[in-house]
Amino acid sequence: MYQYSQADHQLLQERVSQFRDQVQRRLNGDLSEEEFKHQRLRNGLYLQLHAYMLRVAVPYGLLSSNQMRTLAHIARKYDRGYGHFSTRQNIQYNWPKLEDVPQILDDLAKVEMHAIQTSGNCIRNTTSDPLAGVARDEIEDPRPYCELIRQWSTFHPEFNFLPRKFKIAVSGATHDRAAVAVHDIGVRLVKNDAGKLGLEIYVGGGLGRTPMIGKLINPFLDPHDMLTYLEAILRVYNRLGRRDNMYKARIKITVHETGEDKFRELVEEEWSQIKDNGLRLRDEDIENIKAHFKDPEYETLSDFDADYDAAILSDPEFAHWADKNVELHKKDGYRVVYLSLKSRNQPAGDVTANQMDAIADLADKYSLGAIRSTHRQNLVLSDVKLKDLHRLWKELKSLDLATPNYNHLTDLISCPGMDYCALATARSIPIAQALTERFDSYDYLNDLGDISLNISGCINACGHHHVANIGILGVNKKGVEVYQLTLGGSAREDASIGKIIGPAFTADEIVDAVSKVLDVYLENREDETETFLTTYRRLGQAPFKERLYG
Amino acid sequence: MGKFIKDRKPQEDSWMPYTGLEDIDSLPGGDIYIPMEEWQNKREELLLRNGKLGVILENTDDVAALKDDLDRLDLIVLQFPKMADGRAFTQARLLRERYGYKGEIRAVGDVLQDQVFYMQRCGFNSFELREDQDIPSVIAAFDEMTVTYQPACDEELPIWRR
Repeated sequence: MYQYSQADHQLLQERVSQFRDQVQRRLNGDLSEEEFKHQRLRNGLYLQLHAYMLRVAVPYGLLSSNQMRTLAHIARKYDRGYGHFSTRQNIQYNWPKLEDVPQILDDLAKVEMHAIQTSGNCIRNTTSDPLAGVARDEIEDPRPYCELIRQWSTFHPEFNFLPRKFKIAVSGATHDRAAVAVHDIGVRLVKNDAGKLGLEIYVGGGLGRTPMIGKLINPFLDPHDMLTYLEAILRVYNRLGRRDNMYKARIKITVHETGEDKFRELVEEEWSQIKDNGLRLRDEDIENIKAHFKDPEYETLSDFDADYDAAILSDPEFAHWADKNVELHKKDGYRVVYLSLKSRNQPAGDVTANQMDAIADLADKYSLGAIRSTHRQNLVLSDVKLKDLHRLWKELKSLDLATPNYNHLTDLISCPGMDYCALATARSIPIAQALTERFDSYDYLNDLGDISLNISGCINACGHHHVANIGILGVNKKGVEVYQLTLGGSAREDASIGKIIGPAFTADEIVDAVSKVLDVYLENREDETETFLTTYRRLGQAPFKERLYG
Repeated sequence: MGKFIKDRKPQEDSWMPYTGLEDIDSLPGGDIYIPMEEWQNKREELLLRNGKLGVILENTDDVAALKDDLDRLDLIVLQFPKMADGRAFTQARLLRERYGYKGEIRAVGDVLQDQVFYMQRCGFNSFELREDQDIPSVIAAFDEMTVTYQPACDEELPIWRR
């Protein structure tokens, strides 16, 4: 993990003092709510339906066990005993009191954490592949590049008052687990035929009310040029991005209205003027950051373990879990373990303080003291020995963190919806719970295979419904919450935006509607290896429409 | 005049704004600033008068249009029509870093305590504060943060190269 320097520590301390003063001025009445809003938002503090919500940054999804313990402490001391992992790998607290927030930030700073730029119209926390550094399909570890982006973008004086929020994701593997195509800037580390490392730069992806897939504006950028190139993109955006209409202010609209080619031309022109300045990365700059992300001391292990095999044979429940929630690791004898935050008993992404403490202990015991969060709202223990899996599973099961559903139907993304959010127009959590209860059968989930289902409680699409194989969007129609169904989206390397299938369903109808969609898939797939998405792309909307509305 | 800070100190402001549409002979001596467009229309006549000249830009203006005039201008005024509108940050950096402007760059509009740190990093050195601002607090805010990661007008190199 990245180790904070003296300067990093100092910056957090200064930021805490500054925010303490801002809160004081707000409480005194020296700062209006409107002006305080801009300050608190740059520190992750929203005003929600019932209370403030504090969003804490988890830079590119990496947490130490100690940091997790602090998150538990905050949930317990300042909140109602739980937190919520978001689709941007961050954690949110739903009930902090304004006057406590400076102290929360102080507690976070002690473990090198903060809420800087987790909201507001600035460059947000950079997200990445939760399997960075351990994935078998990795081309290059994205974390050093994420860390460089973190440093470059933190309190960037020119880009702290952008037309709108700005999200960057970096991925370095064959499979895209960071949804780079639906970010304001997506970066993919790739190698050319000669084995040379380069960056694909995508611009103008995003969800919300105008979902768009990012445009490839540079297919092979020299990694040394990453930050100057990002600076050029941001500068063009800061100048040209619309400020007259907040719904047209994201860079996706700027790219769309300017035209992809013209936008690229503007970026290249700007970049040509700054590409050799001090921000250009030298070999040693990249190497120095890489040194923070060196492999831990892995043991040399066999990829076979007799006890593990015996447990698989004797314990079918364990076998189900191992089949669904465990992935190969780049090192033999190690595995990557997904901790499902999608059980029947808690809203998607929610974790209690007790679970957080227990996860921290398990990370120390079984996974080199590190935890990762994923954009699909789960957690990962990335370095578990094969021989420890059975023991770990038993502990996870007792914590309700072992639902065997990773990348399956009930591993769904759901925004907080109208239960918490001031923007929401419909409830998401009860729909997610109804779906989870209806489809809570291992055999059925197993039969359905790899599939994604996402739910958003309003058109802002925080639940990423556009890029789910099956998306649900809750809207309010004449005082009634109704749910639109979209099919065919994907957030992976084959990214696509789902299409609305037809008129919306009521809360009572939506679960049956999803069930019908699944029936059409199961009846029409060529064989068990054909995924829902492939079947849908092959057949198109017609048979689904027929079943739903015919 | 209102609350004014230049080079981190409260100062008297010598500059007067004009529309540039006035009869040039009617303009007083002393330091005046006018909109960029009028400067471009009447450049030569304006240079004949006594006193320093400055221009005020819209935050949609491209500062490149001024690049050949910079050594004749002692002041460039950039606008923050509201706090959330950050276009002038880019304008200021380009003036300083790309075009080498050495004169005064002034922030006007919603110029508030919590932004001056960023403004100074982008090259602003004078500030017409909004009326409700407390001058000592604003001056203290220049040093509220001492750690900077990225290059800007005050630092040529990022933190990892210093």
